[in-house]
Amino acid sequence: MTTSVRTAAAPAGSPAPRRRGASPALRRQHRAAYLLVLPFMVVFTAMLVVPLGYAAYLSLYREQLIGGVSFVGVQNYVDALSDPAFLSGLVRVALFLVVQVPIMLGVALVIALLLDSGVLYAQRFIRLAVFLPYAVPGVVATLMWGYLYGPDFGPFAQMATGLGLPKPPFLSSWMLGSIMNIVTWSFVGYNMIIMFAALRGIPTELYEAARVDGASELRIAWSVKIPAIRSAILLTLIFSVIGSFQLFNEPQLLRTLAPSVIDTAYTPNLYAYNLAFTNQNVNYSAAVAFLLALVIAVLSYVVQLSAQRKERRS
Amino acid sequence: MFEIASTPLSRRAALAGLFGVSALGLAACAGSNSGGGGNGASATPVSSDDFAKAMDTDTELTFWTWVPDIQKEVDLFQAKYPKVKVKVVNAGQGLDQYTALRTALKAGKGAPDVCQIEYQYISSFLIGKNLLDLSGMNGFGDLESQYPEWVWNQVARDAAVYAVPQDTGPMGMLYRDDLLKAAGVQAPTTWDEFATAAQTYRTASTNSYLTDLPPNQAGQMIGFMWANGAKPFAYDGDKTVTVDLTGTEAKQVVEFWQGLVQKDLVAVDPDFTDQWYQGLSAGTYASWLTAAWGPVFLQGTAKNTSGNWRAAQLPQFTAGGKATGNWGGSTDAVISTTKNPVAAAELARWINVEREPAMKLATEQFLFPPLNSVLQDSSFVGQTPEFYGGQKVNEVFVEASQNVNTDFEWLPFMDTVYSSYTDVMGPAITNRGDMVGALAQWETKIKDFATSQGFTVK
Repeated sequence: MTTSVRTAAAPAGSPAPRRRGASPALRRQHRAAYLLVLPFMVVFTAMLVVPLGYAAYLSLYREQLIGGVSFVGVQNYVDALSDPAFLSGLVRVALFLVVQVPIMLGVALVIALLLDSGVLYAQRFIRLAVFLPYAVPGVVATLMWGYLYGPDFGPFAQMATGLGLPKPPFLSSWMLGSIMNIVTWSFVGYNMIIMFAALRGIPTELYEAARVDGASELRIAWSVKIPAIRSAILLTLIFSVIGSFQLFNEPQLLRTLAPSVIDTAYTPNLYAYNLAFTNQNVNYSAAVAFLLALVIAVLSYVVQLSAQRKERRS
Repeated sequence: MFEIASTPLSRRAALAGLFGVSALGLAACAGSNSGGGGNGASATPVSSDDFAKAMDTDTELTFWTWVPDIQKEVDLFQAKYPKVKVKVVNAGQGLDQYTALRTALKAGKGAPDVCQIEYQYISSFLIGKNLLDLSGMNGFGDLESQYPEWVWNQVARDAAVYAVPQDTGPMGMLYRDDLLKAAGVQAPTTWDEFATAAQTYRTASTNSYLTDLPPNQAGQMIGFMWANGAKPFAYDGDKTVTVDLTGTEAKQVVEFWQGLVQKDLVAVDPDFTDQWYQGLSAGTYASWLTAAWGPVFLQGTAKNTSGNWRAAQLPQFTAGGKATGNWGGSTDAVISTTKNPVAAAELARWINVEREPAMKLATEQFLFPPLNSVLQDSSFVGQTPEFYGGQKVNEVFVEASQNVNTDFEWLPFMDTVYSSYTDVMGPAITNRGDMVGALAQWETKIKDFATSQGFTVK
């Protein structure tokens, strides 16, 4: 918050008088503003800044069962960057991002456009039905899908057996695809609602004009609606990038069903968790978590930047 | 503009925050080891006057345990010592509880006085000198003779005693008598017979297996190695660990299972999952190579198969052999930070050693007893559960308990050993691949971890 407020009384052109601080009224306003943001700042500092700082501090040390704690500088980071377990997890979530996010956002966008254009019957019902999976907690969703995927007693496997087909290997060679499916199922509705809300906010004059010019519905969707909700799409994209890299719940829960498919380093987040809680290697875990955060920050920034470039070009 | 509160981003962030915070708790006060008592070998004997005085003083003890209904035994204890108040806390099961315990120990406050600890984790708490040596306490002098030698070796080191045994898991075999008969298979007594039976059984019923080898169950595999006289792990109580998983006895076990796994003669489903429970109920697995806690557990999970199961000794590599291993079981230990060591030691001893609570644990809570006196008690041995067709199942496991190899040790970081088993051996089992090669990798991983933690590896 800046306090160097130019006093409005100074006539333009004349050299500004020496400031003796803001007027009493302004000072009161500032004080009120500080007071109002204080609760947030306190919680923010205590719950986010301090733990982050502490984790950063931890990541510079090494604690051994024998020999105790020693300062190692960036050694943990150097180790992590050449750690195949960490890197293969990163590659896996990157693949997840490249495949799953476009599918999820594409489906969400199509449904949002269909709902917006009013060509569907039972609009409200469809909107709710698509959104409903998001209301199911991720843990419950994963347990449910885990049962559906089951190789002996899952309905898909039973159907396949009934038809004389081989059982689909949902929990072995298709594992990553199975997780993508769970996440897509859970979050299509959520992303759809964001896009749909943005579509509702477009001034109707825009399409009226397009219609008068004889544009088809598809053309309107492509040339008017999608550009108009670009910022909402960008938002969902950034959330999805972050979500993909932080993948944790689904693999953690499916591990019990397929422990030899999902290892302790299946995703970087799972790796950080297992390093801290199984190997009691908190320092290295903190370094891995920080590197992951760095990757996410860089990627989110790249996504945003490229979107802004496009905007300037168009 | 957007309500962020329920976005996946913030929910995940909140989760991460939780882990972050608890991870911090783990590391809090790193290095400031507040070992109060410590495991000094100089356990000065407590005189009977001091003991009587301590038990007649108003005291509060905190007891961490996940044994269901342990309050029954604690109530008996409090009836005997009305001045001692015991607060029973379930701080999670297994690893969850150890995480909480380590956190409390590092924070220097909040640790319990008495804590349930499984045999294989005792040594991990000796590193930090977190367990009190009980050898000088009242009633511990003549305790050794009351247990099978192998059990005592698990809780004692040289002259020191670090925990009181509560239950054990000597290994045996539970099998479906009806399914084996239908396939024309005799219950195997040697591993050779077991392999032949697996082949015959598989041919007779194509959609089920003689048994399951879970790819995530290091405890069972280590139990098989123990049964075969292997000694893969050792820890000198200080800085030196020994890891030898590729020695003759351990390798023989893995080679044997590799033969069955590669020929598709045993299932390779993870255990303790819904799939596996259904498999036990539906007869997908005709036997379960398990421990003494298995029979009661099975009654709870496969009720519909009542009357068809029988128990037998674990198959042997040498015909006529009897040796077995142990899988599971717990102890109660006194944490060195306790302010009331005498009362805490008495709680740990009394509920597990005195006749009334020990019998209750064995016959009402179905913990398999470590005490010789209970193992010989007819009211325990003579039980004839309907589920096992009236067979005296306890008798089978009592015999097993007498044949557990005596000198088996653990590493002071078994949680890592178990998780790397699932990471390395797991895929080899699931893909029916090179288990012996994976065994060598597993050994290397454990050695690397030990070195990175500052241990000298032999």
